[in-house]
Amino acid sequence: MNIVVCVKQTPDTAATVSVEDGVVSWGDSPLVLNPWDEYAVEEALRIREAHSGQVTALSLGPEAAMEALKLALAMGCEQAILINDPALEDADPLVVSKVLAAAINKIGEVDLVLFGRGSVDNDTGITGPQVARRLNWPVLSLVADITSLDPEGRTIAVERMLDEGRQLVRGPLPAVVSVVKGINEPRYPSFMGIRKASRSEIPIWSTADIGLDEVPTPAMTWPEIFAPTKVETECEMIEGETPEEVAARLADRLIEEKVI
Amino acid sequence: MANKIFVYIDHFGGQVLPASWEAVGVARSLADQLSSGVTAVVLGHEVEGIANQSIEYGADQVLLGDDPELKDYRPELFAGTLSHLAAEAQVLILPTTSRTRELAGMVAVDLETGMAPDVISFEIDGDAVLATRPIYAGKLLTKVVCREKRPQIITLQTRAFPKPEPESDRSGEVVRVEVVIGEIVTEVTGYKPSEAGVSLADAAIIVSGGRGVSNNPKLTPPNEITDEKEQEIWRSQQGFALVRDLAETLGAAMGASRAAVDAGYIPYAHQVGQTGKVVSPDLYVACGISGAIQHLAGMRTSKMIVAINRDSEAPIFKLARFGVAGDLFDIVPALTQALKERLGK
Ligand SMILES: Cc1cc2nc3c(=O)[nH]c(=O)nc-3n(C[C@H](O)[C@H](O)[C@H](O)COP(=O)(O)OP(=O)(O)OC[C@H]3O[C@@H](n4cnc5c(N)ncnc54)[C@H](O)[C@@H]3O)c2cc1C
Repeated sequence: MNIVVCVKQTPDTAATVSVEDGVVSWGDSPLVLNPWDEYAVEEALRIREAHSGQVTALSLGPEAAMEALKLALAMGCEQAILINDPALEDADPLVVSKVLAAAINKIGEVDLVLFGRGSVDNDTGITGPQVARRLNWPVLSLVADITSLDPEGRTIAVERMLDEGRQLVRGPLPAVVSVVKGINEPRYPSFMGIRKASRSEIPIWSTADIGLDEVPTPAMTWPEIFAPTKVETECEMIEGETPEEVAARLADRLIEEKVI
Repeated sequence: MANKIFVYIDHFGGQVLPASWEAVGVARSLADQLSSGVTAVVLGHEVEGIANQSIEYGADQVLLGDDPELKDYRPELFAGTLSHLAAEAQVLILPTTSRTRELAGMVAVDLETGMAPDVISFEIDGDAVLATRPIYAGKLLTKVVCREKRPQIITLQTRAFPKPEPESDRSGEVVRVEVVIGEIVTEVTGYKPSEAGVSLADAAIIVSGGRGVSNNPKLTPPNEITDEKEQEIWRSQQGFALVRDLAETLGAAMGASRAAVDAGYIPYAHQVGQTGKVVSPDLYVACGISGAIQHLAGMRTSKMIVAINRDSEAPIFKLARFGVAGDLFDIVPALTQALKERLGK
């Protein structure tokens, strides 16, 4: 199995994020591998362990995103590639999907591409499906379980987590899969893995390297980024001598507020 | 007047998701402002009733793709057909559901246009829709716009817009359309019901439990349970039973924190937060949940938050309208009882 796992570097989910002059800042909070992508990397590694082959971690991002790729390497990916091009600074999802699809084509002979469900920064959740569309491969999104995978028969069967329950789907390879939490428990990188990753050279591809002569123009722009207005809620603490008294007061207040 | 404001109606098992009607309401007001009309797109099998309902909710015209091949949602098939139908639209509006997010993204690729998911509000700027959506788990908001390409595609966050009232005397036209079958590559082999029972996103009231639901030292597990982890799970089941009683009394859906999910108290389908569901109910009751930033990311836009927590310093109280600093094992059953009396149950 030749597997590509697309990953992104994001600020830590605990970061305090602010905006100044239209620029987003997360102070000195660390940058991490997008938490959803950890599941994708883990799943890629498990598939490789079961069926042999290799796993390539692919990221489009600034040079700092090398760190996220190094974590993927430390977890056990065979190779990593960073796509970095100043021309991609304003990339919107349409551009990102075009670039990633071109890179996957350039890697060549790929059987399976894995994504996390979304990223914790922009959180559009459409990168995987859009890349699939560009490649003209089937997309199996929100996958909570890969129930069977047959590299020779070229088929994959999954359980997708919809709001209404699980949808069981079978499709051909190559395919694009996006995964949700619960599909696995991501491993921690081993000491050996970290050592190996720190020594590895991660190639940087430009848009020209992946055969895009012209950088596509984004369709979307974001004229404004701002902090939401803080709603000051004064918490009314409900007290009483006994739980029953507290409960009665709270129930009365909820009914007065017409929320129930 | 061309009906250039398109709205996609998402449904499952013959039922339209309420978020779809919210989307029709938005399409209606947008069409009125832009002097256009509303075209609803209904794709599926044996869904004519849904087409008629769409008119009652505000569509002027319905494009109905009814085909046995569309019995199950499959992204390639639905995207192919929707792209074909919506190519001439000015705006394409969808609810945000586990089907439509990707659907909108794929149509955007087909039509080489922009797409903004999870939109919570918008304004009209010329003939463009300037949409506001949360980023960084709602810590920031961004305005996004697609100036040149058409259609502009947006998906609306569930419960961010009001659901219109249906009017049975509204009239409109249902047009049957050809479905673009293309090469069908995937096959739906079955379904398993949701572990969460109901959809959290649509729920008007959610009662959630956190790690605190297993924390009642007064409860003694049966003798045959000797393993410490199993004792904890047993305790959590007692706690969640109380949470469930409260939820049922309120007609609410049941949510959970990640700590409760990861500890094995309750399936992941219930998880609220950054790596779970993002919800926005009228009332959110947090029982034994501390209020970590990643949990708040999933429920901070709830209209009213009630927190029940032993620790009066817990961060959840900062967001709560009402708080009880107390033991959930005392407060939750008492609250269920008090509500039952008042609601006549
Ligand atoms: C990448 C990432 C993603 C995450 N995503 C999510 C997410 O999607 N959703 C999520 O919820 N978390 C998420 N988290 C985890 C989050 O950081 C917290 O660990 C988690 O929310 C804590 O859950 P909790 O409040 O139930 O547990 P705790 O923080 O342990 O809080 C338990 C609370 O229960 C109270 N309590 C204990 N016993 C009782 C009792 N008998 N009666 C009343 N109160 C009691 C305590 O005072 C305490 O406040 C994420 C973390 C990371 C790093």
